[in-house]
Amino acid sequence: MTTTAVGTHAVGHVHRDDYGSKMGMWLFLFTELILFGGMFVIYAVYRFSHQAEFELGAKELDTLVGTINTMVLLTSSLTVAMSITAIQRGNKKLSMLLVGITIALALVFLVNKYFEWSHKFAVGLYPQSPELLTKPQGEILYFGLYFVMTGLHALHVIIGAIVLAVNIRFIQRDIITKDSYVKLEVGALYWHLVDIIWIFLFPLFYLVH
Amino acid sequence: MTEHTHPHSSEVHVVGYGQYILIWAGLMGLTGATVALAGMELGRWIIVTALTIASIKGYLVLNIFMHLRFEDRTFRLFATVAGAVLLIFIVLTFFDYAFR
Amino acid sequence: MATPAVLAGAEPDFYHVSTKRKGILSWILSTDHKRIGLLYLGTILFFFFAAVTLGFLMRLEMLKPEGTIVQPQTYNTFFTLHGIIMIFLFVIPIVPAVFGNFMIPLMIGAKDVFFPRLNLLSWWLFVAGGIMALTSVFLPGGAADTGWTFYVPYSIRTTTNVIPALLAAFTLGFSSILTGLNFITTIHRMRAPGMDWFKMPLFVWASYATSWIQVLATPIIGITLLLVVIERLFGVGIFDPTLGGDPVLYQHMFWMYSHPAVYIIILPAMGVVSEIIPVFARRTIFGYRFIAYSSLAIAFVGSLVWAHHMFTVGMSNTGMFVFSFLTFLVAIPSAIKIFNWVATLYKGSIDPDVPLLYVLSFIVQFSIGGFTGLMLGALSVNIHVTDTYFVVGHFHYVMFGGTGFGFFAAIHYWFPKMFGKMYNKTRAKIAWVLATIGFNTLYIPFLILGYLGMPRRYYHYLPQFQTLHQIATVGSWILVLGLIIMFVNLFVALWNGSKTSANPWGGETLEWTVASPPPLENFDEIPTVTTGPYDYSKYEKASQEAV
Repeated sequence: MTTTAVGTHAVGHVHRDDYGSKMGMWLFLFTELILFGGMFVIYAVYRFSHQAEFELGAKELDTLVGTINTMVLLTSSLTVAMSITAIQRGNKKLSMLLVGITIALALVFLVNKYFEWSHKFAVGLYPQSPELLTKPQGEILYFGLYFVMTGLHALHVIIGAIVLAVNIRFIQRDIITKDSYVKLEVGALYWHLVDIIWIFLFPLFYLVH
Repeated sequence: MTEHTHPHSSEVHVVGYGQYILIWAGLMGLTGATVALAGMELGRWIIVTALTIASIKGYLVLNIFMHLRFEDRTFRLFATVAGAVLLIFIVLTFFDYAFR
Repeated sequence: MATPAVLAGAEPDFYHVSTKRKGILSWILSTDHKRIGLLYLGTILFFFFAAVTLGFLMRLEMLKPEGTIVQPQTYNTFFTLHGIIMIFLFVIPIVPAVFGNFMIPLMIGAKDVFFPRLNLLSWWLFVAGGIMALTSVFLPGGAADTGWTFYVPYSIRTTTNVIPALLAAFTLGFSSILTGLNFITTIHRMRAPGMDWFKMPLFVWASYATSWIQVLATPIIGITLLLVVIERLFGVGIFDPTLGGDPVLYQHMFWMYSHPAVYIIILPAMGVVSEIIPVFARRTIFGYRFIAYSSLAIAFVGSLVWAHHMFTVGMSNTGMFVFSFLTFLVAIPSAIKIFNWVATLYKGSIDPDVPLLYVLSFIVQFSIGGFTGLMLGALSVNIHVTDTYFVVGHFHYVMFGGTGFGFFAAIHYWFPKMFGKMYNKTRAKIAWVLATIGFNTLYIPFLILGYLGMPRRYYHYLPQFQTLHQIATVGSWILVLGLIIMFVNLFVALWNGSKTSANPWGGETLEWTVASPPPLENFDEIPTVTTGPYDYSKYEKASQEAV
């Protein structure tokens, strides 16, 4: 049997299917939704059975920082959405700038989170701390959920920022162009999900006191 | 392998900067509203109002920023199924906890 | 279906095509769905044989009411590992990752899946997860002894290697998610021209429904197991009762995935059955749309019933009634499939060849498993038999008698397509007889033992149970003998089997229109589809004219 090298085969070219690529990303977003959703189920059950203690725990959180962080993320969603309009209109530099601003805002969010957590540690509010173990169980649960959910969310902010950084590189190297920008679209979709998760985390932890 | 695109039958939908900024303003306003409401004594209603406002914000991000409103209805069906499944998980769990 | 592609022999099959990389790298770095399917087959069989061995040893242990061959702690690790490997490394991936990968693109007239590189990543994650699971056995601390269900608080307290086992399960879950995502996109976007949704083979429908469960349910176990890891490492309290955590909530979260997981396990095997029956009854399937819709219905309703694993833990009565009722509902679409399969066989022109024999075992065994499941769904029965051998018998009937035998059917059906060779049918039939007799001899006593009160996962048992245990163990020997003959026969065929044609069974789905084994890109030209699958009208006409 003679062998034929791949690539000389007539059917070597790929039909680009942006719709399919987006579908794949949406499906992945659903898995992230359910991943965090599982934590929301746990939050709901514990809040239901420890209402007063959850409200006590929420008093320890700084509403101002939380509000600023919410506005930071909402703005970052705006900038990344606009970056797609920019590339659609062929405005490569503006698109890169907007994605860059998005990443900068992500860093602002992370810095805020760093200060928030540091402050908690400083006042003895961290898992297994002597201070926390004296508190009622509902509060221990509240802070356990707080650290895990905001921590997991912060991890996704970092991942999203990396994805967007790769997107900037692609735009710069004309891999993402006016006629081929699905990579930016799916990166932006991921970013928006990170924003949506925070949209729900914010009131549940900061506003129910 | 050569990569080439096929002319798409659907035109590309471009959302203007202004439209996005408008939605962003709405989102900021809703954020302000939810913070303000939290400061008031709403008792048990605080969680319902907070989640309602969050849902509206989420709806705006989903439909405009994430383009879901302008996409094929298959995506909208998918998103509805995913959201429904999460909701069902919560509701069924509460059939246990709420009736103990 | 479309006319068969011209099989000129000028095109090398996918084994012999010239590749950029050579040797083993051309396999483990391949993005060809067919090679990936075979990589999964090899990997999964390795773990399957390991888990069968554990099961064999467990049955030896159970020959006597007190210790026989191992210590109690070891026995705990045996059933834990047996469960972890069988569930996460065998029954969940075996049909989708092997046959889904190999056959779906062929069946829909595509050249590959939508995301070939993601497909390769899925396999690598699978291998990583498997290695992590094995590592957990050999690291100091010893293999996890929690049972595959990892219930808290014990999984938080035990000093065994729970964290590697949980990370293994998490990684395997991620592999499963990516496969599901890939298949959904593939099925939506890559069907051949003319193949609308209701011209797809039923195996594709089954795989589609399964993929949705994989995507939407698996993340729940991901976060749940992650939380146990975090609990062990940082003591956050979410599942630790001394800090306020709720062990029942853990069970809710665990079963929220693990129940839908059993439909990931069974649906693809049901898809295989729907493929084989028309071919060997030479009739179109009875009630195509009902079977297609029932796959979706099982996927959906099956996601609503998880707490039937928790009827004795202290849930509210309302919760128990709701979940019991929903459990009864999910039996309906499964039963519809059974009725339709049997109706297809009725007055068909039956060819009792090897694949059909395994399918017949499947139908009987799955029915027993399904029926005992229904019994377990009834609250009054459940209270007596929960955590007994009745449950163990039930799930082995559906997962082994069902999916396991579905796998045997699939490998005997698609073997010629995948390898271009035919196996010795006499030996295959002998293996089938031994496997079926052995299987039922092993698990019918389980159902009786459970009813009589024998608890599961117990090392010691009361002497009055010994006879039934011994019968079961003898059944396990017959079963293992059958499995040995089955797999030796198949391995021998890889080398010495007679060369086979493109369509040795007379199937009417697209995979039978290409060479055995297929060329690299499957089709010279993407076919245009004009009829539904299982179009046996010409045979029905011929047999009518012959009368």
